[in-house]
Amino acid sequence: MSTTTDVPRAEFAEIATNAGPPRRRRMKRSSVNTIIWFVVLLAFTAIVLYPLVWLLFSTFKPSSEFGQNPGLIPDNPTIENYIKVAEGIGGTPLWQFFANSLFIAVMAVIGTIISSALAAYAFARIRFKGVGVLFAAMIGTLLLPFHVIIIPQYIMFNKLELVDTYWPLILPKFLATEAFFVFLIVQFIRNIPRDMDEAARIDGAGHIRIFFSIIVPLIKPALITSAIFTFIWTWNDFLGPLLYVNSPEKYPLPIALRLYNDATSTSDYGATVAVSFLALLPILIFFIVFQRFLVAGVATQGLKG
Amino acid sequence: MSTETESIVTAEAGSRSMRRGMRELRRAEGGGKVPASAGRRAHGRRETLAGYGFLVPWLIGFLGLTVGPMIYSLYLAFTRYNLFTEPEWVGFDNFVRMFTDDPNYMQSVQITLVYVLVGTPIKLAAALGIALLLNYRNKGSGFFRSSFYAPSLIGASVSVAIVWRAMFSTNGPVDSSLSLFGIELGGWVGNVALVLPMMILLAVWQFGAPMVIFLAGLKQVPAELYEAAEVDGAGPMRKFWSVTIPMLSPVIFFNLLLETINAFQVFASAFIISNGSGGPAGMTNFYTVYLYKRGFADLQMGYAAAMAWVLVIVVAIIAFILFKTQKSWVHYAGENR
Repeated sequence: MSTTTDVPRAEFAEIATNAGPPRRRRMKRSSVNTIIWFVVLLAFTAIVLYPLVWLLFSTFKPSSEFGQNPGLIPDNPTIENYIKVAEGIGGTPLWQFFANSLFIAVMAVIGTIISSALAAYAFARIRFKGVGVLFAAMIGTLLLPFHVIIIPQYIMFNKLELVDTYWPLILPKFLATEAFFVFLIVQFIRNIPRDMDEAARIDGAGHIRIFFSIIVPLIKPALITSAIFTFIWTWNDFLGPLLYVNSPEKYPLPIALRLYNDATSTSDYGATVAVSFLALLPILIFFIVFQRFLVAGVATQGLKG
Repeated sequence: MSTETESIVTAEAGSRSMRRGMRELRRAEGGGKVPASAGRRAHGRRETLAGYGFLVPWLIGFLGLTVGPMIYSLYLAFTRYNLFTEPEWVGFDNFVRMFTDDPNYMQSVQITLVYVLVGTPIKLAAALGIALLLNYRNKGSGFFRSSFYAPSLIGASVSVAIVWRAMFSTNGPVDSSLSLFGIELGGWVGNVALVLPMMILLAVWQFGAPMVIFLAGLKQVPAELYEAAEVDGAGPMRKFWSVTIPMLSPVIFFNLLLETINAFQVFASAFIISNGSGGPAGMTNFYTVYLYKRGFADLQMGYAAAMAWVLVIVVAIIAFILFKTQKSWVHYAGENR
């Protein structure tokens, strides 16, 4: 390997693309290629991220500028939008919507983690009659369009008088209904060598013991990935609260956003955009902090994102 | 590999595990072996008890929130039901009405099919193209990978739908950038011809999730294959078609299956962009938007349940076709060599 920083990189590129032996005479061409590569990707990144950057800058535009100034930079930058939205809408302060979203998301995370890990352990480690059929059924629910169950579920929760509570949003999470996470954790457990369980079993440990003291500590990365995805999906979920939450003071952010979106004409576009950005902010921060887990989680099993 | 999880399984293993599930299912149908000794039988009983014990939450959810509701909605599909009076049995009436007497339904089917059949291939092509580009060089690609992935994570949110609508409105950023090139389209949102392309662009923008899966697949292609191809005098195109694509086929299969099924279920963005109307002129009235309107705005729950079951059947047929055809184009490493 060479001593300059550029050469190993070029070789890396060679290996990654051609898998050919490193050839130094190609070095110059490779660095040119690397520069082109970098510029092309940077251009793509700019296009892909532009809507988000535009959103951020637009929150500082006064409402009158919408429809007039399509550019990035506000002509008359102001924080008026933020001051206005902080008051909330329809008598409910903005922080209340955040608190509602946070409560639902945190409960969903707790429920998903516990129930999915338990189910995944059974599927991955316990040999019992029917496990094959049940596992196949679980995989089947991954592909099932969930619209087929929302109507009967709604009727059921309506009969139980749980509409306009958070129960219909949270209870399913405690019952491992999101098969993606069960599947993700199953994959993870299957890759843990069985030696440790077997040693523990010889020492007389039962499944409960093995699960809590051996498996759970080892599957932490899978649990963290599941937790982050559950949080983000729940935070973004629109259909669930649209169906089940009716009182404005119970609205989570996506539904509250609809209030701004519907109630206000273009004259108050600034407020809508500011709340849109604030609603995305926790997700973006989560993403920046945990991107390693998220991207690995997707690579692992193709979460829909 | 940079993280523990990354190296563990790839999408290939994912789709393979699905097949393993199917195989286990077949084996289970053949009847389990009867354990020989009484001790082993007792052990088996303990294992069964433990297995179902751990599965209790999942089983309650599976039976109470998936299987039960599915059966109930199948029943509802043959009834007229408005949530307040008892369901009234109408036979195949809902299905007949759907296909013969509901132009809105047929239009909804049409635009949803266009959205799925045009949007999904473009999205996957973009995902594969960018994945190949990222795979060219390892160092420095992490930042790009994360940036491209971000839209997948937030794409279905209300915030993004609002941004998208603003971006594509009259005098919005897209409109004004295009007019720089002399293309005067006006706003896309209210335009019957442009609103569907706009929705497809929103789907394509979320190419990051399949891209990450492609990238994981690309990293698994053994370098020797490329070396061998090179020795045989293959150029870059030949290597792409004869090595990359066949080796990547399990991942392509996996992405195609999941992205197609997901595309059928687009809801929030269309709902927000059209303010719940599915307009203009029904051009964003996607299947699920129309289902919601019929079921929850008009309270025609029987009709909506019938619609949902048609969707299930269509998705099942697509999955079946994909699984059947995979023998001819999906190559699993270590098989048929």
